[in-house]
Amino acid sequence: MSDRIVGLLTLVVALAFFASATQLEMPFFSDPLGPKLFPMLVSGVAMIAGTMMLLNPDAEPEWPVFSTFIKLFITSIILIIYAYTLKPFGFIFPTAVASAAISFQIKPNLTKSIIIGTCLSVILFLIFKFALGLGLFAFPKALIG
Amino acid sequence: MELFANLALGFSVALSPNTLMLAVVGCILGTIIGALPGLGPSNGVAILIPLSFSLGLDATAALVLMTSVYYGAMYGGRISSILLNIPGDEPAMMTTLDGYPMAKKGQAGNALVLSGVASFVGAFLATIGLMLLAPILARVAFLFGPAEYFALYLLAFCTLGGLGSKNQAKAALSVCLGLGISMIGVDKSTGLTRFTGDNLHLYDGIDFLVAIVGLFAVSEVFIFIESHGKNSSIGVKLEKVTIPFKMIYQTKWTMLRSSIIGFIAGVLPGAGASLGSFLAYMSEKSLAKDKEKFGTGDPRGIAAPEAGNNSAAGGALVPMLTLGVPGSGTTAVLLALLMTLNITPGPLLFTERPEVVWGLIASLLIANIVLLILNVPLVKVFSRVLQVPAAILLPGVTMISFVGIYSLSGSYFDLLLMILFGIVGFFLRKMDIPTVPVILGILLGSHMEVSLRRAMVLSDGDFTYLFSSPISIGLWVAAIIGFIAPIFLRRLLTISK
Repeated sequence: MSDRIVGLLTLVVALAFFASATQLEMPFFSDPLGPKLFPMLVSGVAMIAGTMMLLNPDAEPEWPVFSTFIKLFITSIILIIYAYTLKPFGFIFPTAVASAAISFQIKPNLTKSIIIGTCLSVILFLIFKFALGLGLFAFPKALIG
Repeated sequence: MELFANLALGFSVALSPNTLMLAVVGCILGTIIGALPGLGPSNGVAILIPLSFSLGLDATAALVLMTSVYYGAMYGGRISSILLNIPGDEPAMMTTLDGYPMAKKGQAGNALVLSGVASFVGAFLATIGLMLLAPILARVAFLFGPAEYFALYLLAFCTLGGLGSKNQAKAALSVCLGLGISMIGVDKSTGLTRFTGDNLHLYDGIDFLVAIVGLFAVSEVFIFIESHGKNSSIGVKLEKVTIPFKMIYQTKWTMLRSSIIGFIAGVLPGAGASLGSFLAYMSEKSLAKDKEKFGTGDPRGIAAPEAGNNSAAGGALVPMLTLGVPGSGTTAVLLALLMTLNITPGPLLFTERPEVVWGLIASLLIANIVLLILNVPLVKVFSRVLQVPAAILLPGVTMISFVGIYSLSGSYFDLLLMILFGIVGFFLRKMDIPTVPVILGILLGSHMEVSLRRAMVLSDGDFTYLFSSPISIGLWVAAIIGFIAPIFLRRLLTISK
């Protein structure tokens, strides 16, 4: 079933890609086939591949159980929040929280996770800032002025 | 004579104290990365590339550092194969077949030293092969026009895709995904924007480093969280390490044969180290009179795949340097490094930037000796790396990936894209859709398109021009065979089983 879904999705995306490629304007100074040809060729191949997967799917892959999916979802959310907070909140605090949270996903032990998160964050900051010379800020700019 | 003059130039670059230090640091880092279960050479090199930029190294130095990491990771991959029965990377898989049984017999030290020596022989011979073959191939590459280059890229995609998945449709899908991503942004020859959805962040296209770190490193974190606890095998304790001279002497021909097979497998665009170690192991087994000993801890079963995979790693550098077409996942990542350093691999590299090429070759020779010295007496120290708990390792890998990408552009959009690639990578890997062709597609997509469009300009839109020279016809035929042959080979294998 998974193969069929991905096959169908590929087919739809490739069709959209193809349609979007045909809409590209051809500048008059362009080469004979211009910027359209390659996307059209590639989406053509993708359509064939999608159809093959739709018609001739492999055995179902071993999907994780629901609770693992929740874990993966939480991890993704943590990473996304981390991406947004890295700049405004400085390096140390968001990194400590994110590392602790990921560590907790792997081994659910709260105290250990907090220790790992804090240590990792400080050690990595020292390496990045002083050994590699990256322009990171340890704390929010507002705090350190 | 020219070869020696070039090599002298190379050593003059490589033996400078700074470069030498980078080679040693790269070897140590590489061995550690290779030894960590699940973190192979492509992941390791991918995570470290963004950071190597922040060091402000020049092109040669950055290249020396990263190839030392690459070679080191190929060495290190065997440690977890032998002691834990978990390959540190895909090419090290064959080493588990005899390495782990040998370790269980109480010969873990012997297995590690023997595999270290075999790795050295393979990598050393491959570097010699690279020295001899690369300049010749670079001269042949001068005969290549746009039609030949188009066919060559096709060959790389077909062989890499053909071998990368059990299902050719999935391999093709993954190549198309990469090529599609490479087309996002402003079309360089006309200035038109394509497939950006009017998102300003996408006008410059998607940085391949973002895709590489996402697909390789971030998806690894997801895979690990998912599979955690499943493959916990019992580790073998490493007691005393001595050098098994007799065993090394007995397997000398095995190492030599496997190195040659591995090198050839590595040179084929797209095939890479996994094929090298597989072919080396299989051919040794078929040559042996006592086949039943393989799989029970036979020294030949360790020497063959290790010599084969390290030799293939060197061989894969040949098409990468001379043609700009990587022979494996990790060399695809190294190609990304070259392109970010503004070095265009290809025949001109050998005439225009000889100090880069020969400096690299000389440092490979040095890295090899450093690795042998590090890996035989210090193998016990490196084996400690296996004890780093995942609860520390994985957050560390994630944070290093984030900071690396963040230090490149300082944009949170790139970080979000990286997470997206990580999630996509997780689903692709679960569904047996190979991720390396995606990377290769992103890397080579624009080159492939430029070749096609140049060919169309030269021929005024005549498609038959693509098959007009013997070289391009040969490449097309090889590409088709490379894509289709694995289907029949797989059928043959299942029938013979």
